[in-house]
Amino acid sequence: MAAKSIISRPVYGTLSPQAGKHHLFVADAEGALAIIGMAKNAPAGFFDGAEIVFIPGPDGKHVGSLEALKPAQFHLAPSFASLLPRLKQTLTNAHMGLRLYLSGTEGLIGQAMQVALEAGIDHTSMQTEHRGSLARRMQCVHCKGITENVTTQPATCAHCGLLLLVRDHYSRRLAAFQGVCINAEDRSEIPPMEEIFR
Amino acid sequence: MGITFRKETFRDDFTFRNSPEHIRRFPFPFHEDSYMYAVNIEPHVVGPKGSVLENLIDVDEHYVAEMQDRALVLAEDPLRCQSLPHMTLAGWDLLELLMEQQALGYPEHFTLTRDGDRWRWINRPLGIDDTFTFGDTSTLPYGPMEYITRQSQGDFCILDQRDGNLWMDAGMVTTQADWSLDFDIGMNFFEWHAPVPLAHEKGIFIRALKFLTNIQQGKPARRLNWTMTINPRLDTSPENYHKWGPDRTTVTPENVGDKVHLRVELQSFWRLPRSNGIVFPIRCYLIKMDELVTQPKWARRLHRVIRDLPEELATYKGLTRYRPTLVEWLLKLDDGSPTSPGFGPDSVF
Ligand code: HEM
Repeated sequence: MAAKSIISRPVYGTLSPQAGKHHLFVADAEGALAIIGMAKNAPAGFFDGAEIVFIPGPDGKHVGSLEALKPAQFHLAPSFASLLPRLKQTLTNAHMGLRLYLSGTEGLIGQAMQVALEAGIDHTSMQTEHRGSLARRMQCVHCKGITENVTTQPATCAHCGLLLLVRDHYSRRLAAFQGVCINAEDRSEIPPMEEIFR
Repeated sequence: MGITFRKETFRDDFTFRNSPEHIRRFPFPFHEDSYMYAVNIEPHVVGPKGSVLENLIDVDEHYVAEMQDRALVLAEDPLRCQSLPHMTLAGWDLLELLMEQQALGYPEHFTLTRDGDRWRWINRPLGIDDTFTFGDTSTLPYGPMEYITRQSQGDFCILDQRDGNLWMDAGMVTTQADWSLDFDIGMNFFEWHAPVPLAHEKGIFIRALKFLTNIQQGKPARRLNWTMTINPRLDTSPENYHKWGPDRTTVTPENVGDKVHLRVELQSFWRLPRSNGIVFPIRCYLIKMDELVTQPKWARRLHRVIRDLPEELATYKGLTRYRPTLVEWLLKLDDGSPTSPGFGPDSVF
């Protein structure tokens, strides 16, 4: 299997206001800046029908600026895991015309998209904008465990401990890149670990 | 006269072998002395008697042993067989296709009798005699796709067709050349092919998809693909790469003939009648170098193909480590004389 390839790798865009009455924003950390940037082009009253769900980064920034947009609903969550039950509920009960906007880290976009796909929302009807860290969510193809926030190449699986090549091959269903043992053929070969997904 | 099924293994002691008749019918994949990806698709029509194309769904002497190996893989890793919820109807389509084809080609081994929705399926090699209601999953011990593909050689992907694309929404994949159904399930044609080198740039996948989405019922198509495997191991999955990967370091000039296998996939494409899906059987044939070089033309040609294979393909197929040893071994069997056109050995078909 080749290390480099990009067709399954997600392509992100820039958030832009869509027609419609119901808008759901899910963002983490610097993803807030994508919403704030988009708000400049939004028609008057746009946020009257909007819900923003935000997971602040460790620095806690951007909460005030998002609140200032005066969305109909504003919800803060400490982590994606804690947000999951609420997000599932919202998406399952969503109006047909709901517009979804995802911004921030790849991990956040991927996981929110995964929940939305499961709720029957087509991935082409979602807007995404990547902001902030390039850290990857990786599935170990061997033990199937997910390792969050992978920044190195290769990376150690947090579950089985194998040293994995982090491929560009990406699954929307799993919201993860694929990790494959990098020294499967000869375990004595240990390539240096470099920080490349910052 | 029926097939004599071999007792053999594809793991541990690796007792898999081909009989002389099976060596001669091996689907050698090179029609010329070099290889590059192409849109190599042709109608899947019946071929010469005694060839792997004698029947459109081929059953051979390895059938029983392959089904036993599949059962072992599934017991270890049930994720090798998955079907998204909307794919059950396509599973019934596949069950019908495989039962019909196997019963048609091998009446001494398989019998299908239908009385309306009441079907009786007899599979003598595996000792199965089941009566069930077509369309009613509760009357089978597994879902329809799993039930029939536990009794059919080769891997199977079922593709849902929508938005002008094909989506890998179900499959039974236990004998794969290093790709993961669990990872790829739900992807479209371009996404699951993402790791393949050079072919995207050549526009191969765009043309191939156009062809596949237009396949008509009753007019299946086929192509050959190939790679190499050390030891006759069917389960060369990425899931188990850390277990079989070390085999690639064990090739020496002394054991090439026994260890290195050409692995050929006879892939076919069939439109399914009720679901409008497409099923993609990937029938895997293995042959060790010692067996392959009993046909001098194949030995000469394989030498030239492997020697000149573009680096990207060699890397993708995982040949890098042992290619020099293999090429040196094959060189001794290549006197430089020309090879005749076509796939077959010099003598038959
Ligand atoms: C719908 C049917 C098909 C399915 C389900 C399928 C599936 C796959 C998969 C899973 C791989 C492995 C990719 C990886 O490395 O992860 C692959 C490889 C490949 N496929 Fe397909 N494929 C299909 C049809 C085709 C067609 C029609 C072509 C026509 C040219 C094609 C050409 C290739 C090539 C060239 C490779 C690389 C194989 C190698 O070098 O060993 N595929 N395919």
